[in-house]
Amino acid sequence: MAKHETPMLDQLESGPWPSFVSDIKREAAIRAKNERNIEYQIPADVCEDLLGILELSFKHGRTHWKHGGIVGVFGYGGGVIGRYCDQPQKFPGVAHFHTIRVNQPAAKYYKTDYLKQICDLWELRGSGLTNMHGSTGDIILLGTTTPQLEEIFFELTHNMNQDLGGSGSNLRTPADCLGQSRCEYACYDTQHLCYTLTNEYQDELHRPAFPYKFKFKFDGCPNGCVASIARSDMSFIGTWRDDIRIDQEAVQAYIGGEIAPNAGAHAGRDWGKFDIHKEVINLCPTECMWMEGKELKIDNRECVRCMHCIDAMPRALRIGEDRGLSILVGAKAPILDGAQMGTLLVPFIKAEEPYDEIKEVIENVWDWWMEEGKNRERLGELMKRQGLQRMLEVTGLDPDPRMVQEPRHNPYIFWKEEEVEGGFERDVNEFRKHHQR
Amino acid sequence: MAFISSGYNPNKPMENRITDIGPRNYEEFYPPVIKNNKGKWLYHEILEPGVLVHVSETGDEVYTVRVGGARLMTVSLIREICEIADKHCDGYLRFTTRNNIEFMVDSKEKVEPLRKDLSSRKFDGGSFKFPVGGTGAGVTNIVHTQGWVHCHTPATDASGPVKATMDVLFDDFQNMRLPAQLRVSLACCLNMCGAVHCSDIAILGYHRKPPMLDHEYLDKMCEIPLAVAACPTAAIRPTKVDLPDGKKVNSVAVKNERCMFCGNCYTMCPAMPLADKEGDGIVLMVGGKVSNRISAPKFSKVVVAFLPNEAPRWPQTTDAIKKIVEAYANGARKYERVGDWAERIGWERFFDVCELDFTHHLIDDFRDPAYYTWRHSTQFKF
Repeated sequence: MAKHETPMLDQLESGPWPSFVSDIKREAAIRAKNERNIEYQIPADVCEDLLGILELSFKHGRTHWKHGGIVGVFGYGGGVIGRYCDQPQKFPGVAHFHTIRVNQPAAKYYKTDYLKQICDLWELRGSGLTNMHGSTGDIILLGTTTPQLEEIFFELTHNMNQDLGGSGSNLRTPADCLGQSRCEYACYDTQHLCYTLTNEYQDELHRPAFPYKFKFKFDGCPNGCVASIARSDMSFIGTWRDDIRIDQEAVQAYIGGEIAPNAGAHAGRDWGKFDIHKEVINLCPTECMWMEGKELKIDNRECVRCMHCIDAMPRALRIGEDRGLSILVGAKAPILDGAQMGTLLVPFIKAEEPYDEIKEVIENVWDWWMEEGKNRERLGELMKRQGLQRMLEVTGLDPDPRMVQEPRHNPYIFWKEEEVEGGFERDVNEFRKHHQR
Repeated sequence: MAFISSGYNPNKPMENRITDIGPRNYEEFYPPVIKNNKGKWLYHEILEPGVLVHVSETGDEVYTVRVGGARLMTVSLIREICEIADKHCDGYLRFTTRNNIEFMVDSKEKVEPLRKDLSSRKFDGGSFKFPVGGTGAGVTNIVHTQGWVHCHTPATDASGPVKATMDVLFDDFQNMRLPAQLRVSLACCLNMCGAVHCSDIAILGYHRKPPMLDHEYLDKMCEIPLAVAACPTAAIRPTKVDLPDGKKVNSVAVKNERCMFCGNCYTMCPAMPLADKEGDGIVLMVGGKVSNRISAPKFSKVVVAFLPNEAPRWPQTTDAIKKIVEAYANGARKYERVGDWAERIGWERFFDVCELDFTHHLIDDFRDPAYYTWRHSTQFKF
């Protein structure tokens, strides 16, 4: 017998998509029965009370969570989000319901023995509810009480060799696409770079010293499966600067209909026979492809590596071999002055251990932002306020037309004195010798 | 319940303390076929919706079965996922950025038993536990935020509208009939933890009423300067207020016409709640993308200014989404993303074919970027 009636939530049990309500109800029943005699360290009815309070929100059309309190583990300024409900008398099981962010392994590969350890820990010391995963990438352990926080951290670090993720004005937990581990498009080892930088910058991740949050994300190619260009202050996107490799026989196999285009992604509808002109050559944004007899030709110097031809014919076309990555900076969601997409800062950099050049860019950017950034000002906003020129000054990078979509629309150039011959100091009397008042 | 110590000694917090060790090394978690072929993959193919094969230059193949998951999941469900991975995949699996779960096997014979096992499992309520799909030119899983399950500023729920939307779009999760992939995302307030601003379809929670002011308690619960500083539009100023009992207290005043309903003040000051049953609801944004394929990445645009929160299934929201998806499926060319299609036919035509009203709310009036969204030509469609 459920502790609370949940007539509205119950309506989310039907339909084909996995129902979180059914899942939580099952967990609630398991905790109520407790067949394995677990000494639950937080209220056993936490899942029932979570459903109860959620039902109340469905009825009221309003959340019943209060803003976070200041809780955490000793020595860290992030990784734990305090949460309390505003109806603790009715729902004591979720009176405290703090979140713990656990730094996920790169590319989110798991062995089951690790996940089972997480489950055992979270069943004993938490609600048994998780997010796999949070938007930024962490494993989210949802709902525990204050006395359990140090215990959980101790178990994670001592028994699981596992640290927390970031929150607050920190480096947030970096995330990457699966990259070379299972994708032929990846231009660098996203896991290795993500893991290396995450470990290099543990202090920045755990102890808030920044004006606001800062996100790294690693996309192996311009398809951008982790959306780094839209949502990371510093986005690392794989690219190459030599020629796309062409297998002309495979091109003919696509033309002849022996291989389905786009790896079979359009199999749900009859789109007619594959037409290489219509589907590939004419869609090339720089019109740098053509057929010469039976040969597909690409003017690689004109290619902007949009990935379309490679995506459409993955067995015929492959990324180049002189690979590295582009760094874009300043992406963020709309609040406040509108959304910002990443701005190209480094067109090409090799992604090779020990990544010293990449770290130099990162640290120069951070030095500037920590010095000049206002409280709660994202890097992209500082860039808007002080200009891309300033970013180039602090990183020591040379201006490059690749960094802009087009040159400026106005001639209001803030010339610096040292850039103008003779400087700004002049003798007005000398001027007046030739120009009467 | 008896307290069980982990070994942590609260009197000596630094004793044996381990910190700054970072995440587990990904190499420990690679399935052997992945470890052996990293960087050697030649090409991939989608064999059927939700089933992929990647072929390596070594001749090895890895078969992946992708299933959708509610990102809010219990340890019992994770244990079931582990049981499946132990049974079919030598104890390995992975999750995707979009909350899908991927089970990988190293030969073709292992695919069918795995796929069958996954498809056969249902919750007591009748929904699939592990629906296979989410590949190619279709709808994949929705990335989303916490909503009423866990957040203090949401203007809508997250898991509820996501479940309702995926039920409506379920066929397109298991089919690949669309012109290109279609990415749906949900963020439950405009702070957008979920960064939905570059999605083909974004579902966004939005408040429409300025904060209420709990004058009697405000100065006791909040640092007034922090509340003032939290406002991105400078709508809040400190003031003194006479309470009905004659007491004079320090509090704040809000210029309602400057409020953009972000809730940042409430984050700083719990005496300024703004959630409201009638005020809160959903904005729909359309046409964003993050891929550089063919066209540059672009932002989503607001096409429905407000839909009410209709728990538990948000029918007006899912109806509008379904209309947009159908109009896109009918009108777009192969490989064209929603935003590319809308730009080709023109946004005026987009509103026609999606049967959506264009209201003044959809004309940008927020600061400088607004100007760049107005029409500066005589090229338009009747």
